[in-house]
Amino acid sequence: MKNKLVYLPYFFWMAMFVIIPIILIFVQSINVAPGQNIFHNYVTYFSSSVYLKMTLNSFIFAFIITFFCLLISYPAAYFIANSKYDSFLILLIILPTWINLLLKAYAFIGIFSHDGSVNSFLGLLGIAPKQLLFTNFSFIFVATYIEIPFMILPIYNSIKALDKTFIRASEDLGATKIQTFTKVILPLTMNGVRTGIQTVFIPSLSLFMLTRLIGGNRVITLGTAIEEHFLTTMNWGMGSTVGVILVIIMVLIIWITSKPRKRKVGVNIDE
Amino acid sequence: MNKIISRVYLIFLLVILYLPIFYLILFAFNEGDNMGAFQGFSLGHFRDLFSDTRMISIVINTMLIAILSSLIATIIGLFGALFIDRLKSKRAANIYLSLNDVLLVSPDVIIGSSFLILFTVLGFSLGFMSVLLSHIAFSIPIVVLMILPRLQEMNKSMIDAAQDLGATRIQAFNKVVLPFLLPSILTGFFMAFTYSLDDFAVTFFVTGNGFETLSVEVYSQARQGVNLEINALSALIFGFSLIMIIIYYLLTVRNKKSVRVGKGRII
Repeated sequence: MKNKLVYLPYFFWMAMFVIIPIILIFVQSINVAPGQNIFHNYVTYFSSSVYLKMTLNSFIFAFIITFFCLLISYPAAYFIANSKYDSFLILLIILPTWINLLLKAYAFIGIFSHDGSVNSFLGLLGIAPKQLLFTNFSFIFVATYIEIPFMILPIYNSIKALDKTFIRASEDLGATKIQTFTKVILPLTMNGVRTGIQTVFIPSLSLFMLTRLIGGNRVITLGTAIEEHFLTTMNWGMGSTVGVILVIIMVLIIWITSKPRKRKVGVNIDE
Repeated sequence: MNKIISRVYLIFLLVILYLPIFYLILFAFNEGDNMGAFQGFSLGHFRDLFSDTRMISIVINTMLIAILSSLIATIIGLFGALFIDRLKSKRAANIYLSLNDVLLVSPDVIIGSSFLILFTVLGFSLGFMSVLLSHIAFSIPIVVLMILPRLQEMNKSMIDAAQDLGATRIQAFNKVVLPFLLPSILTGFFMAFTYSLDDFAVTFFVTGNGFETLSVEVYSQARQGVNLEINALSALIFGFSLIMIIIYYLLTVRNKKSVRVGKGRII
């Protein structure tokens, strides 16, 4: 296309909705009352035990959620990849991700609430209703439930991409099933695990609607803190500061979990 | 033995994945008013839903936003893809592509809060327009990502051939480029459409008072506790999602390069 005007909306979008917002959120975080240190909000953040504790908590929650997802998803991905009906099974795993996340969270309100089905069931057994909703447990359970497909899919892809002759070679050379798994299959599917961790860990830090609906106001993550600063307490400066920190954490996680530098793909024979 | 373990494990996992969804739909047909015990079959909650004019106007708003935003995002994204494809320098193309992907990898809270700052700085009032613009904004990158690979695999000498045979630039574009890109344009449009329907967090930040989409409404109702009208709505949305999935698989059956899993995540 010779007429350059047609590209204009795309440039406008890129400037207006990609570059400027990044700048704005940073500027907002250093936009403090005159006379104050421009990093005032950051100083507040790092010297306040409330913020630091919240960040640590958020990390611990995200870590636990990612851990359980991985624990459940790796065997699932492995079994699916080795099944005859793998493409159908993987479709079944992906399907629930198309259902709006809020509706899934809402289902769990029904399941866990005081007169919900888990408590009705406990009642039949003669156990008094328990507080299930708005606990750390319910938050971790529901977040893990929602994130599992995002962990299974990349691991499944990496297992599918695995060259099956490596497995046969390892077995021919006398490795036991467990040795084959730990020395061949696991190292060669680490890429899928890394992608899975990235796609689960970052949302776990920032999904504020889940903490609100399922965790009550007991669970506060970085995402919840941003939402609260922006929409409830109207402290945009501090909200943007938390936002900038979340972005930095996100970049760090992607950097840590990305592939180690140029390692050759394949099995190291010396081992 | 191994087969049995794997089968039991997968069945158990799938049951857990689907149980909450079916549970939600089942109780849409409950005669009672909570999700504790099923008290008999009734369509009462669907009746309530269809006579709730406020809810119907929210559904219309949501669809309007989804259709408009995906349509506009598809047009802008198409030209974005054409632009990136035309770049001769690989480095420049990579820079544009990274900028293109920023909104795909950013957490929703960050997109929402930075757009809120943007609209406020511009003095833009929050409501229909701010939601529409935000949805267009977060849908453009996925459209570009859907169209670009198809464009790169296109044999560019087809355009030269068309022009040699006397077609004008616009004719060559309309008769050669567009038909070739059509499947990927449709996929892009469709992805944008479902992104818009799925979004909660960004909308929640930029919607202000007085304008609501379905997700925002479900959120505020769910904060009040259980209301079986939402179950009825979920049942309808579930049916709609199934139709969407079928369309998606019909569209992408030819090139299965990426899979859409939830909003903002392409694996």
